[in-house]
Amino acid sequence: MTGSVSKKITWLKMYACAYMIFLYAPIALLPLFAFNSSTIIAFPLKGLTLQWFIDLWETDALHGAVRNTLLVAVLTSVISTFLGAFAARAGARYGFPFKKGIMGFILSPLVLPEIIIAVSLLVMLMRLGWELSLWTVVLGHVLICMPFSIAVLSTAFVGLNSSLEEASLDLGETRIGTFRRVTFPLILPGVISSLLITFTLSLDEFIIAFFLTGTDVTLPVYIWSQLRFPSKLPSIMALGTILLIVTVVLLLLAEIFRRKASKKQGLNSSTTKGLF
Amino acid sequence: MATGLKEKKPSKAIINLSDVKMSFGSVQALKGVSAEIVEGEFFSLLGPSGCGKTTLLRLIAGFSEPTSGSIFIDGKPMAGISANQRPTNMVFQNYAIFPHLNVGDNVGYGLKRKKLSRLDLEKEIEDALEMVDMAGYSNRGADTLSGGQQQRVALARALVMRPKVVLLDEPLSALDKKLRDQMQVELRQLQKSIGITFILVTHDQEEALIMSDRIAVMFDGEIDQLATPQDLYRRPLSRKVASFIGVMNFLDAKYLSENKEIITLDVQSLGRLEVSKSQCPYGLVPNEIQQVGVRPEMMTILLDELTLTDFEVVGVIVDSEYYGDMTYYSVLLPNNDKPVTISMRNTAGRPVLRAGDKTRVSFSPDSIVLFK
Repeated sequence: MTGSVSKKITWLKMYACAYMIFLYAPIALLPLFAFNSSTIIAFPLKGLTLQWFIDLWETDALHGAVRNTLLVAVLTSVISTFLGAFAARAGARYGFPFKKGIMGFILSPLVLPEIIIAVSLLVMLMRLGWELSLWTVVLGHVLICMPFSIAVLSTAFVGLNSSLEEASLDLGETRIGTFRRVTFPLILPGVISSLLITFTLSLDEFIIAFFLTGTDVTLPVYIWSQLRFPSKLPSIMALGTILLIVTVVLLLLAEIFRRKASKKQGLNSSTTKGLF
Repeated sequence: MATGLKEKKPSKAIINLSDVKMSFGSVQALKGVSAEIVEGEFFSLLGPSGCGKTTLLRLIAGFSEPTSGSIFIDGKPMAGISANQRPTNMVFQNYAIFPHLNVGDNVGYGLKRKKLSRLDLEKEIEDALEMVDMAGYSNRGADTLSGGQQQRVALARALVMRPKVVLLDEPLSALDKKLRDQMQVELRQLQKSIGITFILVTHDQEEALIMSDRIAVMFDGEIDQLATPQDLYRRPLSRKVASFIGVMNFLDAKYLSENKEIITLDVQSLGRLEVSKSQCPYGLVPNEIQQVGVRPEMMTILLDELTLTDFEVVGVIVDSEYYGDMTYYSVLLPNNDKPVTISMRNTAGRPVLRAGDKTRVSFSPDSIVLFK
């Protein structure tokens, strides 16, 4: 009896390991080739070099793309967190007609294929006669990032006991004062978490940025354009490695802040829904 | 306490409720409540859950507006005045201590808007903490407090605002029995010494009896009876109130006759009785009497088997529950298939009787409560 159970667990473990390797091994190749001295992406590896990282430093077009990406990512994270806070608060605190339908509608960009969103936005912007620019990219990014903001901030608002806000009002504080002195400090870790997640999402988003940008390109679009030149491939690997590290660090920070938010409100962080 | 020496001021209404109604959608939570709460009294709203007592408290606090009717605090109408502008402060059921602030900042939260100097602010906070026996806790984090301490901090946070009325929403329900008993006495003493009006919401009849000057018993969104604890216990107006507050034995009764001072009744098990008209509650016409009530401690089990005298009947013990200081007996009386409950104090030398024992039961007609 116990033998068959433990055997089953071993098989499950092996399956899980194989699954993880299949999913993530290709990503591990990225840093591997970023430090390889050959320009050809193939085994065996030749030697260790930092040349590709130095190349990145000296490419001016890349610097422009980085600046564009940072601008878009910062604006996107601030706008979508700001808007997401309203939706999360409404969803956590108030009952209103068709609440489920409305909340589902707001969250729908999570499941819609990005290419569909990108094409429809492009068609709409053309019809409106708007010129494509980084601003239109920001609009598109806010649309797809806001659901993530709402998910993270909902946890923060649900954990916030409504009697705390009532107590503040009862003690003579105004509604705005209550938000400043009670609500905001208590959801702050959630806000930071939302900023970091949406920043990360915007940072490496390609499809919408590709369709909606004008002459200014973002980093993922720049990378895509460089893939046509085989000689540039190793430095793209180096760039990819940097992006990978930045992304992982940001997401880890986001999760740390989310757990802090739960802890602050006296909840067990593992029982509150996060994104991970 | 020194308050006994003070000259008693004429009582003045601090809160006036006039036909207050409240509906949530199709649910009528309050069906027209009118009451006057006197300055300086400890007033309780007592009732089972869902009776509307918390709704009424939240209307007084200003968290919502009544559907109709009006609330006056200190003579001023409260319509359109929000919670942050009312002279009331609340102690919440879960205490609502701000988790990101320490004890001192929690207590001083409402004072920040009053723009006091730092020294005055600290003194106010320390005084308030001293009042609730928490002196020296100012720098402690909110998450280090026990339930009882949180309750004290919540009270200090309300008192420091010097409100006209303190509202308490089941503040003791989360504490364990021993701490609860202690806090009941402390809260009552504190209220008497500072003289601020307290309004307590509770479902615990014992708590209400111990702490209150007056109690409003609520059922289904209405006040059934508003009286002092003693009147409520001894002269409940309805069977509903009588059975909610303590234990009451009900016996059928038949009206026989009355004269100027006396009503004659034929009471099930107890026989023909004469009761004083003063026992008849206001609004009850003697010939409408259909039932009487007797409290368990108003009957006595006599041990010896002497012949019956006046106000005595024979009973057979069916069951007994031993509580240490008291024993509760279920006793079958003649002409009654439902046993009555009689409580006896286990004084020195008194044996605990067992099922099957035959006893004499005595009662006094002036402890009998009359019902429609």
